[in-house]
Amino acid sequence: MPRWLALVDGPQTLGRGPAFWSVFGMIVLAAALLPTFVNAFAVTNLTYFLVWVFMALGLSLIWGYAGILSFGQTAFFGLAGYTYGVISINLGDAGLWTWFALLLALVLPAILAIVVGYFIFYGGVRDVFVGIVTLSFTLVFETFMAQTAGPEWTIGSARLNGFNGMSNMPPLTLPWGDNPVIFDGPAFFWLVLALVVLVYLGLRILVNSRFGNVLVAIRENPDRAEMLGYNVRLYQLCVFVIGSVLAGMSGVLYTLWGSYITPSSMGLTAAALPIIWVAAGGRKDITATLLATVLLTWLSQQLAVKGSQYALIWMGVILLVVVLFAPEGLFVTAWKKLRGGRRMRQNATVPKVISSPSA
Amino acid sequence: MATILETRGLTKYFGGLYAINGVDLAIEEGELRCLIGPNGAGKSTLFKLILGSYQPSEGAILFRGDDITTLRPHLRVQRGISMKFQVPGVFLELLVEQNLRIALQRAHRGAALEQELERLLELIDLGHQRSELAANLSHGQQQWLEIAMAVALQPSMLLLDEPTAGMSPEETFKTGELVKKLNASGMTIVVIEHDMAFVRQIAKRVTVLHFGQVFDEGSLDEIVSNEDVVRIYLGKA
Repeated sequence: MPRWLALVDGPQTLGRGPAFWSVFGMIVLAAALLPTFVNAFAVTNLTYFLVWVFMALGLSLIWGYAGILSFGQTAFFGLAGYTYGVISINLGDAGLWTWFALLLALVLPAILAIVVGYFIFYGGVRDVFVGIVTLSFTLVFETFMAQTAGPEWTIGSARLNGFNGMSNMPPLTLPWGDNPVIFDGPAFFWLVLALVVLVYLGLRILVNSRFGNVLVAIRENPDRAEMLGYNVRLYQLCVFVIGSVLAGMSGVLYTLWGSYITPSSMGLTAAALPIIWVAAGGRKDITATLLATVLLTWLSQQLAVKGSQYALIWMGVILLVVVLFAPEGLFVTAWKKLRGGRRMRQNATVPKVISSPSA
Repeated sequence: MATILETRGLTKYFGGLYAINGVDLAIEEGELRCLIGPNGAGKSTLFKLILGSYQPSEGAILFRGDDITTLRPHLRVQRGISMKFQVPGVFLELLVEQNLRIALQRAHRGAALEQELERLLELIDLGHQRSELAANLSHGQQQWLEIAMAVALQPSMLLLDEPTAGMSPEETFKTGELVKKLNASGMTIVVIEHDMAFVRQIAKRVTVLHFGQVFDEGSLDEIVSNEDVVRIYLGKA
């Protein structure tokens, strides 16, 4: 196995070895086969749960691994969604234009993240103030987009439409002779699933790499990391940009999923949700984040469908319970309990190494 | 011998308080220097200025003849200055081994990194606790871990701020031997220390700071025979 691939297992990720990867393979396989067993509506729903995963994984990277609490994820989510809308509505779905729109919808958040991140990190903004700055930035962007209802807010043939949101953007389309491949229904589900798997594996490698080592060092003690010769600001900027592009990926896939994007997808409520998913699962682990995101988006939808007006309140309750009783997150805590129990049973038979006592 | 570090008229004031006031210091290559002085004399502030955690109000810092006064901290580290903080700043939630890996990975890779890791673990006698969280180490062990992390960078100059704080007499003695060993391997070392037995164990040359200024400098015997030093620092009226 090449060295870089061996990094899928490492100190910064839970789960390793044949047992873990067998379960992983089975889940992916089962997910890939699902569209052949369930109806179109269920496939659309499943896609919806997966669409949010990227934004959550990005936040886990920024917050859980690098220790920067960002409320900016939904701003990049929205920017990517609107970018795809404006470009694809103007250029149409001929040729590879929809893919060009997708690409641009990821590049633009990256550029914005570089600019915003530069001022934050090179301006010496730290700790809770990063959260305040990113939240303000997100709310300003939301407020701006909400006031674009008038006809003067038009880019080419795309109207921004203010609070009503923008709709009718074409789905991703691949030219294929007379029968172009249109990514909707199961095809779109498979595309999103493949992206989830790729991004998940890629992030596992990233966080266990030398880069990931420095990230957790910065999270634990940024001053110490700097005294080891690492350019802390540059690392923070890099991780902020990667996380923001992932938020953008969720944004563009969400826009494709519903052919719709609105300013409220960036607002205060929307901005708080990724924090809840990531905190509930365990922000310091991407597997826990992934599971929690799918589970909680499913749960909110179930609550909303059942006519409960309290879906969001339940999300808040979950956050409170987790913060009070399992601050490391539900899945991470459960995992450690499980492992701790196993280790204790092993220690019962193996004599414990006596550590040298010191004052 | 060449001068490795020089400060010229180095001054740092916080509001009206002069923490460091016109310090001219010259450290020779390969030297083992102790900085002593009463609390508030400016010892730690001087270290923070040398490493770049603080910007000086006036004066200049030269490392190997280059002016590094405005250089960012990580770049100073990359030039070969390394420091152990007064309060250990090891990564508490990471394993002992991981702490060292993070320090080592800038200069080492692959097999060389593993080899160096084993050497450092042996050096600080923590091999049997390599898979322990750094938070579970005793205070003395955390100090050693941090010294090892500073050494892992293969610095040409090592700054140690109170390396024996919170250590038992045996641990202090071991630390002294470790410092001497590192110095014998060619590393320039500057130590801030209060424990005079420790200073006697290691130091060849001592600088006394008082109210942010160099009060006296010389061998330990010269220093302790200076009645003024004894009065301000060693506590005799």
